[in-house]
Amino acid sequence: MNTRYMNPYLAGVLLGLLLLMTIFISGRGLGASGAYRSTWTAVVVQAAPAHAAANEFFHYDASGGGPLKTWLVFEVIGVLIGGFLSGVVSDRLRLFTERPPHVTIPRRLVGALIGGALFGAGAQLGRGCTSGAALSGMAVMSLGGIVTMAAIFGSAYAVAYFVRRLWLPAPEGNHGSARS
Amino acid sequence: MGPLVPDIITNELNLIVALLVGVGFGFILEQAGFSSSRKLTGLFYGTDFTVLRVFFTAGATAMLGVVAFAKLGWLDASVIYVNPAFLPSAIVGGLIMGVGFVVGGYCPGTSFCGASVGRIDAMMFVAGSFLGVIGFGEVFPLVRGFYQSGSLGDVTLPTWLGVSPGVVLIGTIVVAVVAFIATGRIERRVNSSAQKTDWPVARHRLAAAGLILVGVAVGLMPSTQDRLLATAHDGSFQRAHPALTMSADEVAFRILDHDGSLLLVDVRPAATFAKMTLPGAANIRTDEFFTQASRDILSRSDRQVVFLADDEREAEDAAALAGELGFARVAVLKGGLREFSATILHPAAPAGALSGPDKDTWAFRLDAGPRLAALIKARGGAKPAPQKAKKISGGCGV
Repeated sequence: MNTRYMNPYLAGVLLGLLLLMTIFISGRGLGASGAYRSTWTAVVVQAAPAHAAANEFFHYDASGGGPLKTWLVFEVIGVLIGGFLSGVVSDRLRLFTERPPHVTIPRRLVGALIGGALFGAGAQLGRGCTSGAALSGMAVMSLGGIVTMAAIFGSAYAVAYFVRRLWLPAPEGNHGSARS
Repeated sequence: MGPLVPDIITNELNLIVALLVGVGFGFILEQAGFSSSRKLTGLFYGTDFTVLRVFFTAGATAMLGVVAFAKLGWLDASVIYVNPAFLPSAIVGGLIMGVGFVVGGYCPGTSFCGASVGRIDAMMFVAGSFLGVIGFGEVFPLVRGFYQSGSLGDVTLPTWLGVSPGVVLIGTIVVAVVAFIATGRIERRVNSSAQKTDWPVARHRLAAAGLILVGVAVGLMPSTQDRLLATAHDGSFQRAHPALTMSADEVAFRILDHDGSLLLVDVRPAATFAKMTLPGAANIRTDEFFTQASRDILSRSDRQVVFLADDEREAEDAAALAGELGFARVAVLKGGLREFSATILHPAAPAGALSGPDKDTWAFRLDAGPRLAALIKARGGAKPAPQKAKKISGGCGV
């Protein structure tokens, strides 16, 4: 059912070259989570200007022509298009909830919602996510980006054991098999 | 010289670039399998290290390119966006993101990618992320102090460690290749049905060896900057291209005359510059000559640039480098600041009776010395170099 995925090292080189090209042209790296902030800022600035003015979180560079007219918002729109095109090319477009067989759909969706909320908040606190801080930070050897990367993956590994039932079936017998 | 924004590519066009870059980003992520939460979380259970392979290969490739471009003089590393280091918020934010990753099965970029091919769990992650950002925005006034604490500025790992970027590059590539080999072994042990790639082992080895080789070559390659600096410091080069000089008297006269076509550039270290310099001088060290902003200042044909240093020798290095870089109108202060101080600021009384031009010069010095000394004292130190604020903004923070 799945068309074979690209060789990970080849995908990595292509992604690295894309990132390098981005830095060469735009002087900055890739990103993702920042687009949420721009979108929400656009909503609040319109709907509750006083609330927006009172909180520095909603301040944006007014010279650029509105909070939505930012590099990251356009880039994220591109990500949605690019992912969709790849799904078409490799015949992976299907509407379903991906989950391990032993996990119910509601459970998986609640997990995704909570995980998303944590990641969204954490990315704001940490000034970027896996794309903007970790990957792009690594490319320019940013200390802040590399520390964020270490914290993300370190924390995920530390917590993985405690939430293993979200992904791995209960072991049959005492040998903890990770086979799914 | 890159980055092409904003001089060659306008800010409007840059948004189109962003869209196209996003298309490429989304396509590659999806092709690599990052639209699947089970594939992503396999990283944390030893079943599938695809994320690590793609992530580290991409990071190392881009890092290799950035170092190479900077060394070749193709990319002005002084203006590209470097995520600022606020360690407390970076660590706590990262810890929260890690929990979100393993609970939610995605990170923001991959969730967009999953949602684009119809994964409902990815769409829920996107919705959750939006709620998380909204929640953070509401509590932002409360966490603002913590968010802005512990700033180290946009420091890079090599600067922080005190090593060259080449060393960090080689180290990163070696660590990446070792991690690829180790995780491949773990993966085969934990999950015997792990997807076999269509590449034979020999080809992977060849690719790894190639990456290490290119990394070491780029890491050890002398940069264009270093080569130009070495040539500029070379005595024989300087003898072949002697620097024009401007006498202390002329510099003093033009300062007092408010001559707008004169641009004094102090090439000494910032700390020395802060203690004493001539009125109106900017501080640009020779190793800063390569940035686009410095070039814009130093290469103006309507300005006569005069390099200042304690002695003429030091300023000659700067003039030689400026000549190599093609800056048209450069000269050095004759005798350096030391002679300027001795002849203008503290002129020694002439030994005998003066006549003609000598007498006029002496009269000028007696008049100019105290006025310049007062100007120098009034400035205390001096304004910082004008070119340092032109960083490109990026990232996701405030």
